[in-house]
Amino acid sequence: MSAVFEQIFQVGFLAAIIRIATPLAFATLGEMFSERAGVLNLGIEGIMLLSAMAGFTAASLSGSLWLGVLVAVLVGALMGALHALFTVALGLSQHVCGIGVTLFCSGLAYFLYRLIFGQQSVPPSIGGFKPVPIPLLADIPILGPAVFNQFTLVYLAIIAVPLAAFVLYRTPWGLSVRMVGENPRAADSAGVSVIATRFQAVILGGALMGLAGAFLTMAQFNAFTFGVVSGRGWVAIALVVFGRWDPWRSAGAALLFAFVDALQLRMQASGLGHIPYEAFLMLPFIFTIVAMAIMSRNAVAPSALLKPFRREER
Amino acid sequence: MSASLIEMRGITKSFGAVKANEGVDLSVAPGEILGLLGENGAGKTTLMNVLFGAYAPDAGEILVEGRPVAIHNSADALAAGIGMVHQHFHLAPRLTVLENLLIGIAGKSGRIDRARGLARLTEISRQYGLSLDPNLPVSALSVGEQQRLEIIKALFRGAKLLILDEPTAVLAPSEVDGLFAALRSMAAQGLGIIFISHKLNEVRALTHRCVVLRHGKVAGRVDHPAGTTSAEMATLMCGHEIVPPVKEASTPGASVLTLDGISTSGHAGTPLRDVSLFVRAGEILGIAGVSGNGQRALADVISGMLPPRSGTMTIAGKKVAQFSPRELQALGLGRIPEDRMTTGLVTNLPLVDSMVLPRIGTEAFSRKGLLNPAAIRAFAEAQIEAYDIRCPGPMVRAGALSGGNLQKALLARELAFDPKVLIVSQPTRGLDIGAARFIHEKFLAMRAKGCGIIVIGEDLEELLMLSDRIAVMYEGRIAGTLPSADATVARLGLMMTGAGHTGEAA
Repeated sequence: MSAVFEQIFQVGFLAAIIRIATPLAFATLGEMFSERAGVLNLGIEGIMLLSAMAGFTAASLSGSLWLGVLVAVLVGALMGALHALFTVALGLSQHVCGIGVTLFCSGLAYFLYRLIFGQQSVPPSIGGFKPVPIPLLADIPILGPAVFNQFTLVYLAIIAVPLAAFVLYRTPWGLSVRMVGENPRAADSAGVSVIATRFQAVILGGALMGLAGAFLTMAQFNAFTFGVVSGRGWVAIALVVFGRWDPWRSAGAALLFAFVDALQLRMQASGLGHIPYEAFLMLPFIFTIVAMAIMSRNAVAPSALLKPFRREER
Repeated sequence: MSASLIEMRGITKSFGAVKANEGVDLSVAPGEILGLLGENGAGKTTLMNVLFGAYAPDAGEILVEGRPVAIHNSADALAAGIGMVHQHFHLAPRLTVLENLLIGIAGKSGRIDRARGLARLTEISRQYGLSLDPNLPVSALSVGEQQRLEIIKALFRGAKLLILDEPTAVLAPSEVDGLFAALRSMAAQGLGIIFISHKLNEVRALTHRCVVLRHGKVAGRVDHPAGTTSAEMATLMCGHEIVPPVKEASTPGASVLTLDGISTSGHAGTPLRDVSLFVRAGEILGIAGVSGNGQRALADVISGMLPPRSGTMTIAGKKVAQFSPRELQALGLGRIPEDRMTTGLVTNLPLVDSMVLPRIGTEAFSRKGLLNPAAIRAFAEAQIEAYDIRCPGPMVRAGALSGGNLQKALLARELAFDPKVLIVSQPTRGLDIGAARFIHEKFLAMRAKGCGIIVIGEDLEELLMLSDRIAVMYEGRIAGTLPSADATVARLGLMMTGAGHTGEAA
């Protein structure tokens, strides 16, 4: 057991947590924006997968990683717009449409990937992003190499958290988002367009989910496989609840999940070989279930979550 | 009269087959308080929603300061200087007072301008005597304070005309005085106010002029509301004179419902402690008391939703064994619950479903375990006709009906089965005179037919008018029972506070 504890306090372990948390943080913030505006986006898993595929393809064909990121973000935003079209403009069931978007995006991702790359015994890969050490900060012991010698996308995620909090709590648009998620009628009577605000929030959410997908295929794995997202989107939905719809808490939730995930990876690798590795794989998800069961008692969802807005209805 | 601030000409609006407004004209001058009177469903709220841009009128035009304007949404209305305080507040409970004020207002350089918002709030507070703590979440405010916030919100956006939809319905009497003072101060400073209500004494006390709507049309205009009587205005509202129902003398028969030593526990609210009472055939028993003294537990026990811890209950000579709503219903109990929206009806389903719900499995509405849609529909249509329930038809969503019509629907579904005992709570809360009178007449008719009725209420005047005997509840007990001939508001009021355990034991 002591071997495990030794590993925890290694630089590599901290760096792994940050790396695992990054796509989760993007996805969780994206889902959070959408839900704060009153729209549950169950399309997240599929949007991440399609963005991951589109970004990888763009980067692989053009040779530009940043173009790949851009494409992933645009595809994410587009799929967010699709979900908003169904749930906000047409007022359809958010559950059904979200699952529909996930199935559609997953199917489309598999189909296009096969079409473009064909069936290969070894999946094609790209030279992904390289860590960019930040001068001076990277020299801080332990923290430096773990946090400040990372991919640019990781820094972006670190900036995204306070930025999301600022937008949500300090800008008129953020106030509108919170208002349409709490009481759309109040927002409407104050002259705020509920439909437009929800569209914008869901599209922004989709773009952030796209970033999460881009990170997976262009920084973490440098290849696209059909299992590349493997439930991270669903986990993000749980983390939003765990983070009580707040950017800071959501980011904290992502870090906590990443910690458990990194831990189980180390446990698999350490001398506990007599336990089947599948048992360790379960740990982060057991953690999620337990955390949800405890935290969701006090969590209060945005009041208008899941409720479509139609003006001439009492 | 000076030039109009707002003028509405020939407004017509239909919902399906129902004409909610038809050719309505009205105008408000600066500094004027206009009363908009009408029964529930007369079209007051629809008219104001047209003015505020929530509904598009089918015909008619709106002029602001003499110029025609098109109001397609609330943003247009606000830009035209029209502010509305809705009956159900449009506030986000978890956001603060200031955040609720600043919603929809662009700040400088993309940030929320808190400082300017605060300054404006202070200014409005000083000008009209309306103050609120800007940093409190709305959920921490009282209902009166939330209403104040809605008024401030309208003024904050530069409203020159303020519409208040039944603002006093949610207020305590002391809060009403404060609201009226603020409204008078606003009018004195040149704002126009439309005050929607069906409380005649309030309209007479506050407004300068009033317009009465009936069935969507203007039924009359009153230029000096203070100089007319409530009866005259009520006649305009209802289209006929309102005569108090006649309570004929009756000789009560045998007891149809007896409670003996009932005590409860494990109930939200005050439990019952050793409650014994009875109601006889052809008799109305009023239950008075300050809200929260066990009335809810009493209603729940009698309707079978709360089995008592001890004591017995008998309906028409049969002892109640299970205390389930179904059993009591089979024994001949009818129930009209206190909150028609939560425990009376299923608001999201068609009206027809709610009208047959309590008896859904009985022979009247099903055959061999399957629903009998023809019988259900026929029943609903017959009741809608018999009780003059105004709605587009039995398939309309129940929640879309006005309170008076919902209460009529509940009454219809219970009375159709000739209950031996009827338990009702707050039967006319939120209803206008016409609807309330209709309900009262039905109760008296049931009494004449030999039904025993228990009316739980807070309105002592109503209880005195309806009841043969009145029992007063205090801290879960029956503090005393009086024949209504001996009861006065003053005497009952004293008993309600727990002073003087007088009267016969019942």
